[in-house]
Amino acid sequence: MADNKPLGGKILTKPFLVCLVILAIAGILLIKRLIFGVGSVTNLTDGYPWGIWIAYDVVVGTALACGGYAMALLIYVLNKGEYYPLIRSAILTSVFGYTLAGVSIFFDVGRYWQLHNMFLPWFSQINSILFEVGVCIALYVLVLWIEFTPSFLEKWKTEKYLKIANKFMFIFIAIGILLPTMHQSSLGSLLIIAGQKVSPLWQTNLLPLLFLTTAITMGYSIVVMESILSSLGFRMPLETPILGKLSKIIPRLIVFYLVVRFGELIYRGQLGLALNGDFKGFMFIVENILYLIPVVILFQSKNLTKPRMIFIAAVSMLLAGSVYRFNAFLVGFDPGPGWHYFPSFSETMITLGFISIEIMGYLYLVKKLPVLPVLRHT
Amino acid sequence: MDLKRRDFIKGVACSSLLLAADAPSVFAAEPRKTLSSDALGILYDATLCVGCKACVAACKQNNDMPPDHTTEEKLYDDPIDLSGKTLNIIKLYKHGAGTEKDNETGYSYIKRHCMHCIDPSCISACPVKALTKNPKNGIVEYNKDACVGCRYCQLACPYNIPKFEWLEAFPQIRKCQLCSHLIKKGKISACCDVCPTGASLFGNVNDLLKEAKRRLEMKPGEENVFPVASINSKDTTARPAGKYFQHIYGEKEGGGTQVLFLAGVSHEKLGLPKLSDRADAAVSEGIQHGIYKGMIGPVALLAGLLFTVYKNTKKDDK
Repeated sequence: MADNKPLGGKILTKPFLVCLVILAIAGILLIKRLIFGVGSVTNLTDGYPWGIWIAYDVVVGTALACGGYAMALLIYVLNKGEYYPLIRSAILTSVFGYTLAGVSIFFDVGRYWQLHNMFLPWFSQINSILFEVGVCIALYVLVLWIEFTPSFLEKWKTEKYLKIANKFMFIFIAIGILLPTMHQSSLGSLLIIAGQKVSPLWQTNLLPLLFLTTAITMGYSIVVMESILSSLGFRMPLETPILGKLSKIIPRLIVFYLVVRFGELIYRGQLGLALNGDFKGFMFIVENILYLIPVVILFQSKNLTKPRMIFIAAVSMLLAGSVYRFNAFLVGFDPGPGWHYFPSFSETMITLGFISIEIMGYLYLVKKLPVLPVLRHT
Repeated sequence: MDLKRRDFIKGVACSSLLLAADAPSVFAAEPRKTLSSDALGILYDATLCVGCKACVAACKQNNDMPPDHTTEEKLYDDPIDLSGKTLNIIKLYKHGAGTEKDNETGYSYIKRHCMHCIDPSCISACPVKALTKNPKNGIVEYNKDACVGCRYCQLACPYNIPKFEWLEAFPQIRKCQLCSHLIKKGKISACCDVCPTGASLFGNVNDLLKEAKRRLEMKPGEENVFPVASINSKDTTARPAGKYFQHIYGEKEGGGTQVLFLAGVSHEKLGLPKLSDRADAAVSEGIQHGIYKGMIGPVALLAGLLFTVYKNTKKDDK
């Protein structure tokens, strides 16, 4: 436990202040949304009822927040205790990613004052995939905060409560692995009911498996990326050996994913759509090139000792997974002739506002709580 | 300790246990909803429609919907499509000069509103039972007190029917409910009630299907008798049969709908989506139920996780 220490230091740094300004703008726009409706700040239409608030804040955002989940799989299921130093910061980003996804949903839905209906048994519609996703994400936010409590308890030096927390933590860790397995796969399943509105390049009955696999892979990639960024940002030694080892998992998961993805497209005879020269085909190619970059980099073991290479590989994987999700939900989604969607300025600013809170929260908590590993090298 | 390929595969297998649990049944078809013998619906026959839009006005009046202005002057109710203010609309298909009615190279009207699917995607999508199918007459109804405004119904509907009040602080989803409030009083849907030509015909769906099949067999140009307003009404009109495109749209589309379309032009040209005979809801729910197996899958996985995590955290403590 003593592996993690608060970093200390000034809170009101330049990046923090920039985030604060963006947040202020987003706040004003959110007030406008509450008074004049969702349509007053977004480019959403009846044809494109879901835009970047769902595609980015929830579908991409929670996948980017899968670090805690992916690391828990590795440490507690595969019993790789050596990665333990990385879990706390991974959980912290998961806490923020998921909490903010929850907050953004509150502003996205039209009848937010009734959002609790999702949890009332007489309103529950158990065949709805969105019901499952919503309930799982809400529960997981709760579980993540519980998983993060030891950081607070250590800070406050409450030995007694820390002991109790640690004793029962295995229950929350187990639930914390179950819930993302369920909702990350179901985020993909959400699109199945949209049938022919989703291009055959993305519409497949294997969406749950593809979404789950990329979520886990994005989880490892975000841990790698964030660890390197934190080390550079806070001027700490790089964790290259452990990150290099962690990075070895990434290309294997991607190869598994690509075999399933392309095998299925060839089986359905739809792969040709990638080459017919339209925007969808182009984005499909971009998406898959981004998957191939980390495969090429990380299968060469000499690159595993180079922070720059594993960083590029991790970022490419994160982009690949994000573009895949954007493609499935927005680029590949076509409700019929006459409908167009491109996010508005206000809509984008509000999303940037949510990202800003995440960054500010992270910057604040790693300085105040024992989150980041300060070990071995010091 | 090096992370071996075997361990990694084990990891993937473990985390996707839910998916792999019962692979063959994942795609198994489920017994789905079928057309109820009391199902109510509408048969719209484009060859009888004269485009008077009396149905659009009657719909607004009987459902307390505000006018929808799409021109600068805001003089008339002039919707160009369905919206949160318009639940029923008559649209025009036109090819070239478009002089001959009910012809691919001419023009045709088409009426659009909720299709009242037999196995509706919107109901399967809705997380809070805001959309429900009346067990007796099959009308797809909306309850604003349940709705959270997530708009997944809009994403799910292959016909893009549910509409959202985008510029309201307290918005609702709006769509045709077949005037269920009038039906409760023993009346029929307003659009059919006012239709002067019988183009919109209200009735039991099985009767409407029979009527649609009868029309497809008519000889074009030959005088025939057509019921007006309701299939049960004594009010009829005699006129030459149209030249029908030989397909009843809605009989099988997406598992079938309670609104049926006949036209002289192919339905695809009229903007109706080409759908397979199975409901997307059946596919989606089939996969989800296959994966979860009545929550047995998740419970088993949780038990396995609790055991493994407990074992592995205990070891770390020592």
